[in-house]
Amino acid sequence: MLEAADLHCERGGRVLFERLSFRLEAGEFLRVSGANGSGKTSLLRVLCGLLTPSRGCVRWKGEPVAALREEYARQLVYLGHAPAVKGDLTAEENLSIACTLAGVAASRDAVKSALARFALPHDVPVRRLSQGQRRRAALARLALSGAVPLWLLDEPFAALDTEGIERLGALLSGHAEKGGAIVFTTHQDPGIAATRTLELA
Amino acid sequence: MKWFWYASPQTFYPLAGRIARWSALGAAVLAVCGLYIGFFVAPTDAQQGEAYRIIFIHVPAAWMSMFIYVVMAVWSALCLALNTRLSGMMAAALAPTGALFTFIALWTGSLWGKPTWGTYWVWDARLTSELILLFLYLGFIALRASIDDPRRADRAAAVLAIVGVVNVPIIYYSVQWWNTLHQGASVSLTRAPSMAATMLAGMLVMALAFWLYAIAVSMVRVRCIIRERGE
Amino acid sequence: MLAAARCVVYRDLLLALRRRGDVAVALLFFVIVASLFPLGIGAEPNLLRSIAPGVIWVAALLSSMLSLGRLFAADYDDGTLEQMLLGAAPLGVVAAAKAFAHWLVAGLPLVAIAPLIALQYDLGAGLWGILALSLLVGTPVLSLLGAVGAALTLGLRGGGVLLSLLVLPLYVPVLIMGAGAVEMAAAGLGGGGQLLVLGAMLVLAAAFAPWAIAAALRISLE
Repeated sequence: MLEAADLHCERGGRVLFERLSFRLEAGEFLRVSGANGSGKTSLLRVLCGLLTPSRGCVRWKGEPVAALREEYARQLVYLGHAPAVKGDLTAEENLSIACTLAGVAASRDAVKSALARFALPHDVPVRRLSQGQRRRAALARLALSGAVPLWLLDEPFAALDTEGIERLGALLSGHAEKGGAIVFTTHQDPGIAATRTLELA
Repeated sequence: MKWFWYASPQTFYPLAGRIARWSALGAAVLAVCGLYIGFFVAPTDAQQGEAYRIIFIHVPAAWMSMFIYVVMAVWSALCLALNTRLSGMMAAALAPTGALFTFIALWTGSLWGKPTWGTYWVWDARLTSELILLFLYLGFIALRASIDDPRRADRAAAVLAIVGVVNVPIIYYSVQWWNTLHQGASVSLTRAPSMAATMLAGMLVMALAFWLYAIAVSMVRVRCIIRERGE
Repeated sequence: MLAAARCVVYRDLLLALRRRGDVAVALLFFVIVASLFPLGIGAEPNLLRSIAPGVIWVAALLSSMLSLGRLFAADYDDGTLEQMLLGAAPLGVVAAAKAFAHWLVAGLPLVAIAPLIALQYDLGAGLWGILALSLLVGTPVLSLLGAVGAALTLGLRGGGVLLSLLVLPLYVPVLIMGAGAVEMAAAGLGGGGQLLVLGAMLVLAAAFAPWAIAAALRISLE
């Protein structure tokens, strides 16, 4: 489904990675690991289409993603380092707005149950939640993104306790079973078997 | 195609050097001719006496200030459309020269204003729009200076240049309407059709000299930028 | 597409509501700047009446510019801007929706407050209509052009000052036509011409600015 061909990325005059190629099919996990600053986040951003590689091409189902733009964006969920939640809005408001903007249909009940699954209060402004809770508020979106095939997650297990890690692992496995593809970066042992690993020097 | 071969900074570098040398020579020769025509051959003006001679620097500088902005905008459009590094560098190389000509046009215009209008500055349509053009150049240069990543700097400044070039005729016409509605322009800066042929010749020669100077200087500058970026 | 645009406007308005203080500060700035001129220039009524349109317009312009910093910076910092880039709607639509929301919060209230300032300057009540109308048509243009500048300077060191340098030359034609409309009306010559030009600027800005804003956002987020 997802194919990276000969990717070459440069940031601030430094070459982060070059001649990077891989394929990812439905139901597969790709784990990207590497030291800090090795380009894990940049790779994810290249795969999203946020960053243009200096050389090489990312293809989704055979088509270059640069040509697909919104069509491709509709087929992926990207969770970056920053939780991408507005501090002044409640978790519920954040989630329903995020879904509407992503074109994912989500009823109020669905939103509430997604939040409940991550043990989050509905109507507290996010800035009053703890760091871990904020992270979970961002991850709650995944619970509503079952229909979105590609999940690109940057350090999804960071700032989670063991229960949270288990919950997330179950969510990811469930998605892969249904035919989704997941790329994630992590420092820690995620506890789920990755189909393949990519080590960035 | 030859063009795309030269689009690589490494192959352009020696070509830029050659262009710079010949343009500088041409500019020097034409400038000497132009200034000679302007200061010695052209007749004294019936109304303004000798003070009008500043026109031989003022008008060509003003023409160049606008022309360079358009060229800069073209390079910017190429930068965004074709994504070549050289287009962004060319736009960056042209900006300081354009700003310089704008400043010269404003300053010489101001010096001309004192003996003819009795004042150094007037909010005439042309002066005001020329002043804003200077701000547009300075904004372009400032934006480039604040962005560390050269690629982002090239492309962000390119967007700014294109938005600015669309704005330039709007500025000019809005200021013209503002002025003509508020006060009739007391002095028209367009020359009457019956201008002495030598005056026109002098201005054209100077304009050509400034053009070659701009080419020479921007070629030198683009070489510096190429070296800076380690291409 | 429309659903996404509506959602963006709703979101921005909700955020502005929760941060009423920031919004109020920009509007207060408008009033304060306009009040400074009589203090600096002297309170001679004829003089104030003649400078009123220009002063009110300059104050509106500065106030609108002040609130531009809020337009994208917060979203950029917490990562929501990236999500909008990866959203279902074209980025141009999202950009236009954000500029519209910015106008609703930072431009439209100026239209309502302007007659109060006009009162301070003893500008005839007959002119309030054209003053409000010129601001009504002109402030959206300011929001759209300002959004281009805000998108270009996202996350840069220069911050607000750089934004002002970039945006002010673009604002000048709007200022000239807007203030000019009121001045023409004050001179009894009718400001219709300037208003039509302002309308044309609005149409042009609405058509082209979203492209420029989207391009600038993509560049800033790379």
